[in-house]
Amino acid sequence: MAQVASITLMQNDDARPIIDAIMADNPGVRVLNMPGAVKLDCDGKITVNRASVEERLGRPWDPQEIQLVLVSMAGNLDEDDDHFTLSWRH
Amino acid sequence: MSGTKKLALRQRYEYLTRGLDWETTYQPMDKVFPYDSFEGIKIKDWSAWEDPFRLTMDSYWKFQAEKERKLYAVLDSFAQNNGQTTISDGRYANVLKLFLTGISPEEYQAHRGFAFTGRHLRGAGARVAAQMQSLDELRHLQTQVHTISHYNKYFDGIAEWPLMHDRVWYLSVPKSFFDDARSAGPFEFMIAIGFAFEYLLTNLLFVPFMSGAAYNGDMSTVTFGFSAQSDESRHMTLGIEIIKFLLEQHPDNLPIVQKWVDKWFWRGHRLLGIVAMMMDYMLPKKVMSWKEAWDIYFVEAGGALFQDLGRYGLKMPKYADIATAEAEHISHQNWAVFYQYTHAAAFHTWMPDNEHLDWLSEKYPNTFDKYYRPRWEMWAKMEKEGKRFYNPALPQLCQTCQIPMAYTEPGDPTTICFRSTQYKGDTYHFCSDGCKDIFCDEPEKFVQAWLPVHQIFQGNCGGATVPDVLKWYHMNVGADNMDYVGSPDEKLWNEWHAEKLRQAG
Amino acid sequence: MTVQIKTIDLEPKRNTFAHVARRLGADKPASRYQEATLDVQATENFHYKPLWEPEYWHYDTRKTAVVMADWYKPLDPRQFYYSTYNIARANMNQAAEKNFAFVDERGLLTKASAQAQAAIRRGLLPVRHLHWGSNMNMAEMTQRGYGTAVTAPCIFSAGDHLGMAQYVSRIGLLLDGQTGATLDEAKQTWLNDAAWQEIRRLIEDTFVERDWFHLFVAQALGVNGVLLPFMYKKAEAAWTDAAMPIALLTEFMNDWHAEEARWSDSVIKTVAAESDANKALVSEWAKTWIARATAAAKPLSAALLNDDGAAAAAAGAEALKKAASLGLAV
Repeated sequence: MAQVASITLMQNDDARPIIDAIMADNPGVRVLNMPGAVKLDCDGKITVNRASVEERLGRPWDPQEIQLVLVSMAGNLDEDDDHFTLSWRH
Repeated sequence: MSGTKKLALRQRYEYLTRGLDWETTYQPMDKVFPYDSFEGIKIKDWSAWEDPFRLTMDSYWKFQAEKERKLYAVLDSFAQNNGQTTISDGRYANVLKLFLTGISPEEYQAHRGFAFTGRHLRGAGARVAAQMQSLDELRHLQTQVHTISHYNKYFDGIAEWPLMHDRVWYLSVPKSFFDDARSAGPFEFMIAIGFAFEYLLTNLLFVPFMSGAAYNGDMSTVTFGFSAQSDESRHMTLGIEIIKFLLEQHPDNLPIVQKWVDKWFWRGHRLLGIVAMMMDYMLPKKVMSWKEAWDIYFVEAGGALFQDLGRYGLKMPKYADIATAEAEHISHQNWAVFYQYTHAAAFHTWMPDNEHLDWLSEKYPNTFDKYYRPRWEMWAKMEKEGKRFYNPALPQLCQTCQIPMAYTEPGDPTTICFRSTQYKGDTYHFCSDGCKDIFCDEPEKFVQAWLPVHQIFQGNCGGATVPDVLKWYHMNVGADNMDYVGSPDEKLWNEWHAEKLRQAG
Repeated sequence: MTVQIKTIDLEPKRNTFAHVARRLGADKPASRYQEATLDVQATENFHYKPLWEPEYWHYDTRKTAVVMADWYKPLDPRQFYYSTYNIARANMNQAAEKNFAFVDERGLLTKASAQAQAAIRRGLLPVRHLHWGSNMNMAEMTQRGYGTAVTAPCIFSAGDHLGMAQYVSRIGLLLDGQTGATLDEAKQTWLNDAAWQEIRRLIEDTFVERDWFHLFVAQALGVNGVLLPFMYKKAEAAWTDAAMPIALLTEFMNDWHAEEARWSDSVIKTVAAESDANKALVSEWAKTWIARATAAAKPLSAALLNDDGAAAAAAGAEALKKAASLGLAV
């Protein structure tokens, strides 16, 4: 079975640029809409890129800010100044 | 500063946390940290701990204050606009009753438990992470109290939540779960709550359930729920780091950790049966079935996780297959218990209407029509005939999970599952092989269980009759308990709605 | 339609939770502090004795020698619950960030004299370890204490001490151009410099105190009451021409100290006033730890200020006066 890396975000205005950035940067992403939340799944790995979010947000964005809208996730977290990545790869 | 090398984020964080710690010399380290060796866990090198997230206190205050400002703005506006009148149906409030009496007190237990590990784990990085989680768990309790406080003003069954948590029979299920974790050593606590509960199972509690709150018009609960979940990224990364760290440190840790994973997975599965019932029966508008949630969050996400942990030799929890098979039954069997004992429960029950029955048939094609629909239809018929079914006998409880013995044999949904064992001349009873195994591994712990039914029979719960016991529970008989239909909750809800309809012309 | 609902009778059935109403003496609206605090901790019918301490339940009034009829009597005058606590600290942090930026942009620390910088490295930076030890103690009281009224502010205080340890560390990073060299040095000072050893011994001794309210008194009156005011107020002269930037960079600590003391003083006063036996115990603990802290600060006082320990003695005298004002026989 493919290991699914996943991120669930709130469905709100603050999360929208992050959701859009994930959709643009992760080919094959699958979307499960729920009331109030959206679950984004990818096989193996899913990434949020700082630059992509900033492009959509129009201001500097620190990947730690994702916690303000993060609901859940699956995968091993790798976080630094430029990205927030969940993956099952080593 | 030319010529000096700036610290990378990771190293800077190390200086700001782990660099603060030192080896004590005026007092022996084993006296400063007296609890971290008896469990048999071997740690060769705490410096190999990978900080699961790198949050300094200043950032913590900043992010958390922002979350809190947003949350309380929603709570204030919900109260000002009487949001309780625009939920999907008055029945919905029963979910919140069960939540505040059964789950919020466990957030508090987690708060105190993470303070314990936040003081007593020898590794500084692990301590800081645990302390932040301790703060977060206090947050969750307090925001839940503040959210549900508004419902308490209008709906029954909420007002006595701490006392009920300490006394009422079904609430000993979550209470004993957390008492078990709290009375375990610091490493077991981290595996029990940090890994098994927070990483493996909490998504099942919060994600579909809070989505359900949103769908049912409860904007205050969905806001606290998702806001609480936003702390979860830290909790989940701590949970996964602790298990990897223990497995990497010493091969002798593997069998100990596997045993804890097996135990806490099964205990968590039993505990979440309450949530299964909330999702399938108590949300007037449904988001997904328990079975669907189980497939997404345990079978798929848990499967990926254990595939990953397999490289350390860790296996899927024992009885995971049984738990997955039970996902087709557990919500129905739990609802049947509460329906029969509605006179002794501080929330209302009801038989599903036809639309709800059809939804259950669709979501549970293998089991519902065959085993449960006929029973519900019979009970509904008995209600109509004025012969509403109550179970007047007190149930036998499982010695481990403390749930009434109502679950069925694996593969045979028409036979109640009973297990028993002898310990020091007494017989102990269990609902499953999973619960029996847990007892047999730590009998001296589980014989201590404060089993509500035993306590009633021993005269420790206010008296010998049901009314005596309900009085001791502080249950407002006729308001807190019994069916939704005919309850003061229903009367109030209908009044609000009659008025709305009248005004709408 | 929601506008029209206002005409529906929405008189509440009750104003607050039953346990809160019992404490207020009537069913009347309660504050968020009260609802988030009162009777929140479980009190009876526990299931299993802790494997690590089977002589007690995990919540057990016997874990201290002082006796309270009601552990919800020592309330927090600040009325902090999680939200108000975090918002208060986020605001204080905003001011601290401005101060750090101000000092950094103008190079106020790096331009200070070598003498001042050396004094800060030896005399101030090691206090980050004292905050860290205090953080451990506050976490211990959070887990070991009884009743949310006292234990919830303890975890807030644990967070505060971690935050302060990090502010002090950032002073070091300002001095060393973000290499961390000053912090490595400060740790060696903390571990080996004779001027710091009695302070380190004191905090290490608190780590093994198992009576949680005894620990509360040691921390509040000894560490917070003597050692921290000595560091942040009495030792100012040691920073010579860097005294002003240090005052800015430690403004958080002084604001925090005044606010924390409002809470811890009130708790100690309430517990001591409960009975003669409590008063005798708390007074004895206060005397012991104020004396120990004063003695422990003297070598550092002498080393930094060349005052033969006078500044430490002054901090100790103020702590004794404070203890007496709380009704203790010191």
